[in-house]
Amino acid sequence: MIIDETDRRIIEETQSGLPLVPEPYGHIAAALGLEESDVIERLSAMQARGVIRRIAVAPNHYALGMTANGMTVWDVQDDAAEQLGAKVGALDFVSHCYLRPRALPDWPYNLFAMVHGTTRTEVGEKREAIAALLGPACRAGTILYSTRILKKTGLRLARKGKH
Amino acid sequence: MKRAVCDIDAIDSRIINALQEGFPLSTRPYRDAATQFGIKEDELIARLARLKKEGAVTRFGPFYNADAMGGAFCLCAMEVPKDRFDTVAGIVNALPQVAHNYERDHRLNMWFVLATEAPEGIEAAAETIEAETGICVFRFPKLKEFFIGFKVAA
Repeated sequence: MIIDETDRRIIEETQSGLPLVPEPYGHIAAALGLEESDVIERLSAMQARGVIRRIAVAPNHYALGMTANGMTVWDVQDDAAEQLGAKVGALDFVSHCYLRPRALPDWPYNLFAMVHGTTRTEVGEKREAIAALLGPACRAGTILYSTRILKKTGLRLARKGKH
Repeated sequence: MKRAVCDIDAIDSRIINALQEGFPLSTRPYRDAATQFGIKEDELIARLARLKKEGAVTRFGPFYNADAMGGAFCLCAMEVPKDRFDTVAGIVNALPQVAHNYERDHRLNMWFVLATEAPEGIEAAAETIEAETGICVFRFPKLKEFFIGFKVAA
């Protein structure tokens, strides 16, 4: 999944968003001194290689009324964790689902699933649904609500030579 | 917290729901995408601009996979004493490697994501935070990611 220098310039040019003009790829091409067809081909190739997950809108959960967001965490038996993680990730109210290392004795949980809803009651019910799905392979779980956003900038690719 | 609800109409909802799936790679992609909503190219552009401005849409464009670019992500957590919380948040947020940071209601009360171009950058950033704050940074790198079909119904 290597990217070359031209791919990198396209990424830098688009990581804050696609231009809202009738020919956005042509606009990017003009800014970089490329042909529009090169930009489209490269974006398409990056999508095929998984460098780009998709070209899409990211809705703001909060602004759309999904103000309750909880990080559910679970201590799932290692031999069942991958299979159960895939099932939890497939739930339509789970936006992110990861297996992570425990940090014993402070942190016994290895499966993380972000759950979204309009109220904490709704999120709580969804958490119960995850608990039921995990069954006896899950030894413990809890939920951490975010009480404040302290920073949110997303990933930014540093400009070359300015690390 | 951000404000609770944006004022969106039925067409906005359809745009948000449909364009979470993807967007055309063509010369006139807004024109091509607009037809499914029964609107013209310029109206789709205007609506997307307004949805971004009003905050209903956080971002519109390519979503890059940091792993594929040779980058690295790591979820981290700290147990920060209440009386030092804002000072520590300032130190953590000052690092450009910190992509986002949340206060959460747990003994581990500060949760942030480090995003760096090279894997070794994660360890360097975590060590910097530990040195500057004197607080242990728990590292929770992902071992496996489960791909999801999550969509926000607008």
